[in-house]
Amino acid sequence: MSGLEAPRPMVKAEGVYKSFGRLEVLKGVDLEVMPGEVVVIIGPSGGGKSTFLRCINHLEKINAGRLWVDGELVGYRQKGDKLHELPDKEVAYKRSEIGMVFQSFNLFPHMTATENVMVAPVQVKGENKSQARERARTILERVGLAAKADVYPARLSGGQQQRVAIARALAMQPKLMLFDEPTSALDPELVGEVLDVMRELAESGMTMIVVTHEIGFAREVGDALLFMAEGVIVEFGKPREMVANPQHERTQQFLSKVL
Amino acid sequence: MTADPGAPQTVAEPESRAGRQIRAIAARHPRRWVATVLVIYLTVALIHAAITNPNLDWGVVTRNMFHGFVLRGVVNTLWLTFLSMVVGVVLGTLLAVMRLSPVRIISGAAWVYIWFFRGTPVFVQLLFWGSIAALTGQRVNVHIPLTGIVLFHASITNLVPPLVAAVLGLGLNEGAYMAEIVRAGILSVGEGQTEAAASLGMTRLKTMRLVVLPQAMRVIIPPTGNETIGMLKTTSLVGATIAYPELTYVVTQVYAVNFLIIPWLLIASIWYLIMTSVLTFGQYYVERFFARGGAQTLPPTPLQRLRALFERTFTTIHAPEATGPLGGIFRRR
Repeated sequence: MSGLEAPRPMVKAEGVYKSFGRLEVLKGVDLEVMPGEVVVIIGPSGGGKSTFLRCINHLEKINAGRLWVDGELVGYRQKGDKLHELPDKEVAYKRSEIGMVFQSFNLFPHMTATENVMVAPVQVKGENKSQARERARTILERVGLAAKADVYPARLSGGQQQRVAIARALAMQPKLMLFDEPTSALDPELVGEVLDVMRELAESGMTMIVVTHEIGFAREVGDALLFMAEGVIVEFGKPREMVANPQHERTQQFLSKVL
Repeated sequence: MTADPGAPQTVAEPESRAGRQIRAIAARHPRRWVATVLVIYLTVALIHAAITNPNLDWGVVTRNMFHGFVLRGVVNTLWLTFLSMVVGVVLGTLLAVMRLSPVRIISGAAWVYIWFFRGTPVFVQLLFWGSIAALTGQRVNVHIPLTGIVLFHASITNLVPPLVAAVLGLGLNEGAYMAEIVRAGILSVGEGQTEAAASLGMTRLKTMRLVVLPQAMRVIIPPTGNETIGMLKTTSLVGATIAYPELTYVVTQVYAVNFLIIPWLLIASIWYLIMTSVLTFGQYYVERFFARGGAQTLPPTPLQRLRALFERTFTTIHAPEATGPLGGIFRRR
């Protein structure tokens, strides 16, 4: 970071706190993700990984702390020392700039692969239909699914569905991609094809936050690895070093079970 | 199968499998035979009685099936059903979305509406509408001989003409039922779908229109078909409450004059059966349309099924009755 201006972090979290009723899920998370960085989050279930991801595109509202994406507060606008909740439309617009990939794919079952990919560019961005269709085909080709362009999701394997889901998110030309355990619902033999697409995406310079149990992916692709448990970031560092030599006892426990 | 160590076991030859097939004499079911004969006897007896009973007067029925008044009644009934269902579906969708609103007043208002219209008989509601139509109208003719029905075309000048009153009466009531059906449909669409739509930047309204409702249709269509068929029959109440000449109204007016009650009611019944049958048929194809993208292969259409039946009937299959451990239990679909 030797430029004249320090680059602005793509995601910045300061003491992010979130609870569902009495259940405290995030207890003060601090994080900075720079543009082009791939941050991998690992940790036990219920540790708050997914919730943190969902806070970033405001699918969940945080109760305390601050969260910025590309320098702008998530879900709020600050005027003086007061926070104003953003209207639905602006929240929607902000979300359109952040891609999200879910564990259960969540493709729209009543649309073909191409329609899934083009629906948001057309309906949200007002892109021309034929142009969006063409672009959808190109993106599907990029994830290796040109042959399945006119197929409904029910006829696709899990790996193919997840690749369509990635294509759908990419069609909005996001500046940040969030992956919520993208391979956890897949048969072991299908995991590779999804990880390959993600690896390529990372190489193309996309900023990514990936919640996963794929330590191999974290080691090879990740720029930073976070271990999250009980609502806090227990340990973070360079993936290779951290996997090889975890410092914290809790991390050691977890990694010994996963590896 | 005895494992042959060393040589990998392959799929059994078709011949050897056929050799192992069970060939048994089918179990007898004497009680089924008795019941079958009894049912056939009763059916024949009923048809015989219906044909020979002079009170039914089939001559009157067949002569008047396509009488001008009857046909006009049929058309009016269909028109009334269509309009009322349009009002019901639009209103029902609106109410369903309102009920799911996070704003208490809005969801509460929808709840009260549904509570009121589901909680009072539609007949009573129609009587209200009828009295309003009668109040503001010039004078609603009850005294109609066979020719008098034409008069109602002239009543457009009324503030609430009978058709409007009937459509409002039926449609507003239907809206309450449709609201629950649409709501069930909306709730049947998983949360992951709305989240995916939201993450793509869709607003609530767009998510509803593009993602949720099209999927909810699969759940909404079958009961809506039932509602439509129910509506078709409920329109017969209009004749007794609002002077709008739908089928039942026409028929009652006719037999009020000629006293041929049973045959004219038969005419109406036959027409209702025809109309509901056509609707059932149509519903089937609408359901297929909204099932697209589903994991299951679609069931065959009636026409396809008919062809399959034809082929089955004329191709004799030589197969033993019991083909598995469960015997013939699942033989019939």
